[in-house]
Amino acid sequence: MSKQVGKNAARVDAYDKVTGRAKYTDDLCDRGALVVKVCRSTIAHGFVKAIDTSAAETVPGVVKVLTCFDVPDIEFPTAGHPWSTDPAHQDVADRKLLNRHVRYYGDDVAAVIAEDEVAAAQALRAIRVEYEELPFVLDAQEAMKDGAPQIHEGCKNNILAHSDVRRGDYETARQEPGLIKVEGWYDTPTVQHCHIENHGCFAYQEAGRVVVVTSTQIPHIVRRVVAQALGLPWGKVRIIKPYIGGGFGNKQDALYEPLCAWCSTQVGGRLVKLECSREETFVSNRVRHAIRTHIISYVRPDGTLAARKLEAFSNQGAYASHGHGVVAKGMNAFPQLYPCPNVECDSWTVYTNRPAAGAMRGYGIPQAMFAGESHIDDICKAIGMSPLEFRRKNLMPVGYVDGFSKNELYSDSFNQCMNKGMELLDYQRKYQEYQNQTGPLRRGVGLAVFWYNTAVWPISLESSSCRMVLNQDGSLQFQTGETEIGQGCDTVYSQMVADAVGIPLSDVHVVSTQDTDVTPFGTGAYASRQTYIGGFSIVQTAQALRERILNIAHEQTRMPAATLDLVDGQIVRKSDGRVLKSLGELATESLYSLEDSQHITAETTAQIKSNAYSFGCSFAEVEVDIPMCKVKLLRLVNVHDCGRLINPALAEAQVHGGMSMAIGYGLSEELKFDPKTGRVLNGNLLDYKLSTFMDHPTLEAAFVENPEPTSPYGTKALGEPPACSPAPAIRNAILNATGVAIDSCPITPHILYRKFREAGLIQE
Amino acid sequence: MYDMKALYQAKSVADAVALRLAHPEAQIIAGGSDVLVQMREGKRAGAELISIQTLDEIRGVSLDPDGTLRIGSLTSFSHITRDSLIQKYINVLGQAVDQVGGPQIRNIGTIGGNTCNGVTSADSASTLHAWDAVVELTGPHGVRRQPIQEFYIRAGVVDIRAGEIQTAILIPKESYENCFGYYIKYAMRSAMDIATLGTSVNVRLSADKKTVERARVAFGVAGPVPLRAVHAEELAAGQPVSLELAERFAQAVKEDINPRDSWRAAKDFRIHIAVESAKRAFIESVKLAGGDL
Repeated sequence: MSKQVGKNAARVDAYDKVTGRAKYTDDLCDRGALVVKVCRSTIAHGFVKAIDTSAAETVPGVVKVLTCFDVPDIEFPTAGHPWSTDPAHQDVADRKLLNRHVRYYGDDVAAVIAEDEVAAAQALRAIRVEYEELPFVLDAQEAMKDGAPQIHEGCKNNILAHSDVRRGDYETARQEPGLIKVEGWYDTPTVQHCHIENHGCFAYQEAGRVVVVTSTQIPHIVRRVVAQALGLPWGKVRIIKPYIGGGFGNKQDALYEPLCAWCSTQVGGRLVKLECSREETFVSNRVRHAIRTHIISYVRPDGTLAARKLEAFSNQGAYASHGHGVVAKGMNAFPQLYPCPNVECDSWTVYTNRPAAGAMRGYGIPQAMFAGESHIDDICKAIGMSPLEFRRKNLMPVGYVDGFSKNELYSDSFNQCMNKGMELLDYQRKYQEYQNQTGPLRRGVGLAVFWYNTAVWPISLESSSCRMVLNQDGSLQFQTGETEIGQGCDTVYSQMVADAVGIPLSDVHVVSTQDTDVTPFGTGAYASRQTYIGGFSIVQTAQALRERILNIAHEQTRMPAATLDLVDGQIVRKSDGRVLKSLGELATESLYSLEDSQHITAETTAQIKSNAYSFGCSFAEVEVDIPMCKVKLLRLVNVHDCGRLINPALAEAQVHGGMSMAIGYGLSEELKFDPKTGRVLNGNLLDYKLSTFMDHPTLEAAFVENPEPTSPYGTKALGEPPACSPAPAIRNAILNATGVAIDSCPITPHILYRKFREAGLIQE
Repeated sequence: MYDMKALYQAKSVADAVALRLAHPEAQIIAGGSDVLVQMREGKRAGAELISIQTLDEIRGVSLDPDGTLRIGSLTSFSHITRDSLIQKYINVLGQAVDQVGGPQIRNIGTIGGNTCNGVTSADSASTLHAWDAVVELTGPHGVRRQPIQEFYIRAGVVDIRAGEIQTAILIPKESYENCFGYYIKYAMRSAMDIATLGTSVNVRLSADKKTVERARVAFGVAGPVPLRAVHAEELAAGQPVSLELAERFAQAVKEDINPRDSWRAAKDFRIHIAVESAKRAFIESVKLAGGDL
């Protein structure tokens, strides 16, 4: 039945993007816009006592200087979660448009509105801020101690949230004689998304409403947050999202849209724009949570698990943003991935004076997999079992059902993915060959699997809306609230629409821009949900449109609708396959009918009450130069079971991008903080070591296709999963090469130098 | 948009000197890969600039009549890497500057700018130190030549006097003849990075390739300015070529280097890498010179 789904259709936006014709936020902003720049705190924690703006206001070209003393007394949430009508499940509202209580080095305390960038920058330098400084804390566990600096009023020990999992009886189970105890502490870093287009937005007022054009993943959510922050009825806000240059979760948050919108209202509704520099993007947008994980496993000599304990401390930074959802997702994966009858898990999300952590590709799973999969290899080392054999023995079995989400593992995804990766890398032969090497250059291979689930049901709302509008020539436009953010959803949706309606792909026109005034409601791009969730509303809306079309065809052809079909843009009589007329003829006749003119459209909302596991693994091969403390990544293979591939070429590209991100996570990227001031030391693309092409091997992506039974197209998550397992695979390859178990990432030369010295591999 | 007070376009070296005297506070700009970045950061906001970008008379590589290799200060990194004279006489310099930033930066960045910045991490600096380069400055009183080690005064400060501009980097014939070198940029990633440590070694072997006649080694980021490790050089001079010599040579660099602890890298780590890099660069240099280890 399927004709377009499964093919390598060219991206619908490819030509416009490679020729530079595609418009991004800044391309759309009128050159006469006023420029907003934010004045940032130069302390990590304290109160603004006074701000002297007099010199700044005299800078030629400055229109207005606004401070934390001018903003509405409204605290608002920023997380890109669907709103909950249950107050108990609403996101934490803990920041104002500009803040008197500053909570990280770089917090927003004032804003300058000027005629150009130079005037705005000069005014920023002329602002004098007087602070009452308070002690600050950067480490989550330090922040939990009694007497630590209090970052948000009423939040005891800075703990934003705690949650736990209990299965069986850990304390009794660990008493079993003959158990081997394996214990580890694993640290993951604060990293930033580094999407190529920095966040920026512009705002103006029109007909008494605020319009914001913004680089976001979540226009409908941003509309709600802007309205909340400004104290406006939600209908008074309109958000427009054009093409964006990546988001990776950073733009799954209301960033500077509320402040930009408010600034416009303070200058009579004039057009103002606020663009983050790269340096601001590192410090004052969102980052990935640094999570410290403590794992204890009690293992029998035969490799079965008797009891396990996990404690995870998630560094939230200064504001709640996505909050506890991130570490909780990782913690909940722990008892599922390697089921064990006796488990104790606790996770804490803790405010610190670091930049606010939010969503980032993988949403807690890259952290959890670095800790969990490193720990599995530590177990294997302790009991002398091969990493492959241990995983085969203990990983989630086929037929496993999670009690909460009702997710089921329908296929033998883990073994199939591991088999494929093993063959591609020649893993088993190399694993043996690389044992017990000597000399300065040593090679190793490593394996890690990952757990992931698609979308957010049943934690949050899952629905998707779609609208289709038929043109006179039989082509159509369609819109969804789910957003193209570079991942290619406009293309795969177009493929789905072509098949679901029964028209050629060339007759499908996606409306890429979301405009909350005209786009059907949808919560946006996140949780690797686009292809899965969008499929439901596309199929449902296509069905509604087809019914309308075939009913009109009945009127026009006098054949019963049930005997008609729409195939490749033609109205076909099913009994003999005769083409009765083209869809274009039908639509033209219908629209211009003097008797009964019909504008043929369909719009529906699909309710999605399911969610799907999406699993896979990574295999890495490294060469370690011990005296130089360097790791060269020779090969990296990712294998995914994301169900049926809608567009294999785009799927492969998606995997490559995630692997690239994970290479940096594993080997080089981290934000560093000055312990004396709390300032980010390396918030720029020179000092923050995003990995480059030259640091990459040829990225190898492979797939196992077990169609997902809950999805109309048999598909499930692939956006975030590729970033989840490469870092621990690299770590485990270094262990295979050198015998040295690294307990943190990124595994930089600095770390290797210390560890190799401890292990006696380097002598002074 | 740059916060620039004025831009003066020099039409010749003499014009540049006149502009320097007329606007003593102005900053010279060549390729702009450092100056514009600093202006954007606000460090040089509101500055006056004197652009020497179009002075072709100080661009390019040539041989002076006495055999001195002359590298015009405006010569870009990518030009140096591809230049046949560089490849013939001091190939290691072309290799070193080919590791600056990325391709675009190497097309606009100049060796004059790289040295006038006075930063210890500049990829050209350690090799120029190791090859006893001479800096040529042109000013109101004519041309002045100065050994590169004296040109660097302290971190970020070089000896350019009122009205002067740097017009060339010179490599004397005695320095490059029969000399082969190797550069190791130690950085945290394989491109687009600043050196954690730069190590440039070169050797001249005896005619039979059995003896080190002269070995020179210079480091970037082993001190506030690029520096030579003279103890190691003295130790190696006149010694038979061997792996054991490479090891002793490398250990001896510790006598002279003085890297600091910073958030970018710890002192002990930098010293460790300096020793290992010196050993490897020495071995590679000897091999390039035709020696057998």
